[in-house]
Formats: sequence, C-alpha cells, structure tokens
Amino acid sequence: MSAVITTSGLVKQYGRLRAVDGIDLDVQAGDVYGFLGANGSGKTTTVRMLLGLVLPTSGEIELLGERMPRAGRRVLPRVGALIEGPAHYGHLSGRENLSLLDAAGRGGSWRTRRRRVDHALDQVGLGGIGRRPVKAYSLGMQQRLGLAGALLRRPELLVLDEPTNGLDPQGISEVRELLLELHRGGTTVFLSSHLLAEVEQLCSRVVVLDRGRLVLQEELATLTAPTGCTVVHTPTPERVRGTLDGRVTSVDGERVIVRGSDPAEVNALLVGAGIPVSGLALERPTLEEVVLAAAGTSPDRVEARP
Amino acid sequence: MIVVELRKMFRRPRTWATIAVLNALPLLVAVLLLLTDLAPRAGQGPPFLSAVLRNGALYPLAALAIVLPLFLPIAVAVVAGDSIAGEAQAGTLRYLLARPVGRTRLLVAKLVAVLAFVLVTVVVVAGVGYVIGSTLFDAQPIGGTSVSGTPLTSADLSGRTLLAIGYVAVSMLGVAAFALLFSTLTDSPLGATMGALAVLVASSLLFTLDAASPIAPYLPTRYWLAFVDLFRDPIQWRDITRGLALQGLYVGVLLAAAWANFTTKDITS
Ligand SMILES: Nc1ncnc2c1ncn2[C@@H]1O[C@H](COP(=O)(O)OP(=O)(O)OP(=O)(O)O)[C@@H](O)[C@H]1O
Ligand SMILES: [Mg+2]
Repeated sequence: MSAVITTSGLVKQYGRLRAVDGIDLDVQAGDVYGFLGANGSGKTTTVRMLLGLVLPTSGEIELLGERMPRAGRRVLPRVGALIEGPAHYGHLSGRENLSLLDAAGRGGSWRTRRRRVDHALDQVGLGGIGRRPVKAYSLGMQQRLGLAGALLRRPELLVLDEPTNGLDPQGISEVRELLLELHRGGTTVFLSSHLLAEVEQLCSRVVVLDRGRLVLQEELATLTAPTGCTVVHTPTPERVRGTLDGRVTSVDGERVIVRGSDPAEVNALLVGAGIPVSGLALERPTLEEVVLAAAGTSPDRVEARP
Repeated sequence: MIVVELRKMFRRPRTWATIAVLNALPLLVAVLLLLTDLAPRAGQGPPFLSAVLRNGALYPLAALAIVLPLFLPIAVAVVAGDSIAGEAQAGTLRYLLARPVGRTRLLVAKLVAVLAFVLVTVVVVAGVGYVIGSTLFDAQPIGGTSVSGTPLTSADLSGRTLLAIGYVAVSMLGVAAFALLFSTLTDSPLGATMGALAVLVASSLLFTLDAASPIAPYLPTRYWLAFVDLFRDPIQWRDITRGLALQGLYVGVLLAAAWANFTTKDITS
C-alpha cells in the first residue's frame, strides 16, 4: 500500500484564527476515508490546502507521493475534486461546461473529449441531459454535474467536500453506489461529510476534526467494535436486574445493557428465569456517539463572554 | 487555455450585447446629424464629427471618438473586471485552478481574451462607423481631407485609420490592466469594474484641474485622444509616442502587480 495523502503539521492561520491547527493525515491507496468535523472545524480549508488553492501557513503536504503545492501541475490531473458545492457557467449547458473544464487543462486529446464528457455524465445519471443551460438545473442536478466534473479525468484520488449536499435520499444512495463502484475499481476516496450515516456505510477509516485539531484518526471497524456488552429489550427491565444482578450496567426504559459479549448466553439466562425478551443485540457504539464524544461543541457556536 | 477563454468570452451573450450597445451611440448621433444637419462647429464636440457631413469616409473615426471617452472604457472595465473576480464569484475559479490550470497561464489567457474583446470592439465600431458613414453621408471614396484641411488619398486614409484603431486599442489596454489588477484583488466583479472606472474618472477630472498640472502628463487618460494627431498633415507623433509609452508603463506595472498578487493568493471563493 502506498500513501496517497500525507500531511504533517499542517497549519492555516487566518488572522488570529487557526482554522487548521497541526493536522497529520495519512490516507493510503484504496481507502475510503471519512473526514468528519462540526461546522467550521476546518474541513474545507484542509481540502483547499490539499488542492493548492490555499497556501498553508506551515506544514507539509504530499499528494500521490509528490510535494504540494509545488507539484500541482503533475499531481492534480490525477485528482478529481468537489470543493464546497459545485460551480458552473450558468448560461452554458452541462455538456459544454464539462467540455470547457476538460479543455482548460493539459492531457487528453480533444478527439476523445466528447467520449470522456459523455461517460462522466452517464456515470452520474445525467446521460440524457439536453442542451438546457445549467442555471435551469435543480440543485441535485448541479451536484451531479459537479461530481461528473470530478470524474472527468478518471482520477486515482477523489477529494469530495460534502458531495451529497442537496441530494434527495435516492440521489444519496446513487452517489454511494457510484463511489463504492469507483472504489472497487481502485479509486481512493477522501470524503468530507456531515452525514454520519453516510460515512458509516462508505468509509473504512475516519478522522474527526475539532476546531482545526485532529482528535481522532482510526479504522471505522475499531471505532464501532463491540463494547463487550449486550443490549436487551424487555417489557420487564426490573426483573432483568433481579436475575442478572451486578451485570446490568444501565437501564433506559425497556432497554437494558448487560455486561457480557455473548447474547446467546444472556438470552439463555433470561429465558431460563421466564423473563420475556423482545430484542437482543451486541452493543456497538454508533459513529455519532464516537464523534460526539471525541469533539466538543460546534465551533460555529459563538457565545457571548460573561 | 487561451482558446477556452476566447470561447467563453465570445459565447457569452453579454459580450455581444455590450458591443451592440457600443454601436448604438454612433448610430444615434449619425441619425440626429442627418435629421437636423446641425454638425458641431469645427473644433467643438467630438473630433471629426464636424467633418463627416462633408465626408462620410471620416465617420469610422468620428464613431471611435464618440465612444472613446466613456462607453468604450466602461465596456472594457466591465469585461476585464469580470475576468478573475467573475470566476471567483461564480465559484468556477477554484475548479479551474484545481483542474489544474496554472495561475500565470490563466491570467495570461484572461488578458488575451480581454485584448481580443478590445480589438473586436474597436474594429466593429469602426466597421459599423464605415457602413453608417458610407450609407448615410456623402462619402468621397477617393481619399478625404485631413483635420488640417489638406487632401488625403484613400490608401493614406485607411492606413491612418488602422493606426488609429491600434492606438485606441492600446489605450484601452491600460483600462484593462487596471480592471484586471482589481479583479485579482476582490471577489466581486462589480467592485473591480467600479475601481477601474473610479481611476479613469479621477484621471479625467484631474486633467481639467490646473492645480494638477504637474502630474497631468502621467494621468492614464492624458493622451487618449491623441489618435486625432494621426490625421494631421504631417502626422504629429509627439503625443502618440508619449501616449504609447505611458500606456506601456501602466500596463507593465499593473500586470506585474496583478500577477504577483494572483499567484500568491489564497483562493477562498
Ligand atoms: N477566508 C477566510 N478568512 C478568515 N477565516 C476563514 C476563512 N475561511 C474560513 N475561515 C474560518 O476557518 C474556520 C474553518 O472553516 P472551514 O470552511 O474550513 O470549515 P468547515 O469544516 O469546512 O465547515 P463546514 O462544515 O461548515 O463547511 C471557520 O472558523 C471559518 O470561519
Ligand atoms: Mg466546508
């Protein structure tokens, strides 16, 4: 495995505000990497630094093995990006927009441009789009077109900043399928998102930012590994406490947490005691719980000082 | 990249609307002149206008002189001010630079596109002026008269007209350089355009002020109308060469500043 994105001590200072404060990222080829954090925690700023749009105050970035922003000319053609929502020329059609974007940079013959554009449009489900100008597109269609722009050069790395913003549930699930398919084809995906459910279904590794600092960087499987407890749903929680005395760690309505990593064993004990059990599962922390525990309140809350 | 920028520029309805509006004013003036037969007296009003009733072949120059003080600079400031800031406001700048398009390359392509706009506009204004002049007025196809009153052959006249078009284009390049610099400084195309226009208004105003006479030779609008000197006999090159040198200086300094700013700037739009 080779490193696709590595940063060390990445800092961006805006006036007195440290938007990004010493981030060390490590994205390996083949990862689907979830980049999480509250509003204003520095995700977009980091993505812009990765792509050479914003120059870091200090720290180093390596993208596909080369130093950014110096090697941008060589590296960026191999990267597809969606940065804080799509942007297009409103008076032109989606096809013309993509064709202009394709022609703007190096690489790729103009003879195959049409095919590239058509393929990218097909991938995001806009294959049948006509000559309508982009300003007449719905938000979801613009988002899809932005994604098509990112896919245009068949990139090895996709850097997506909230790619499902504004999409309906069907659209979100389509994008998920598309990303998984690209991932199976060998594309590394770096995905910043607020939708934890989304990240949970897609990503193999997550990082969490809090006010510009990296507070968590871990395999998703490790984060949501079983805690060693079993969740029991029962209409008679008090009787569970009586039977499994000492093993019950908490009771919340009809939901009882019992120490013990084998639900079958817990079930056998409860059924043996004649306690009705309506649900039984291993306890796993959700990604939401993990993220909320790792990060503090949203940095966008600006509270008055007393 | 240059081709892409040209495509963007000339596929935009706004570009052609601007050129159309620019041509409307000389047309209106021509119609009014024709209806009233009241040409400004020689030496008053826009240059050449007094002569066109006698010779329509001078109308392209009259048309340029009509749009030069206000309309043409506004159009150039709008287009050049939009070049970078417009992309920033639309958000397309970040996608262009991440594509990647080198920042210097983008700036050069934008400049070339603006230059193409200036040339096309000036040529169209002159061309429409020619059509107006030869259909509405008595054109004397065999030559014309110089501003000094001596006769000019038609080859002479068209040669000098081409020089005048070139001179006007260079003057407009100065406006474009101001607008382009402001366009890299702000994310608002309107702000960039207004900034460039403010400079021009200030320059024209100072030019009329006696107290400002020490700096008058360095004002960007100082030699704009010097193209009239091309039609004197003999041609008076003094103001023309000074005008070219001054515009060259402005363009060089302003573009260097625009480049220095744009290539080191954080793109946060
Ligand atoms: N150009 C700028 N000048 C000054 N401060 C900025 C600038 N851009 C961003 N910031 C600040 O940097 C911090 C991080 O912003 P950033 O856009 O990276 O957050 P984010 O994680 O992408 O948030 P969101 O989830 O809302 O998109 C914020 O506090 C923001 O106010
Ligand atoms: Mg963001």
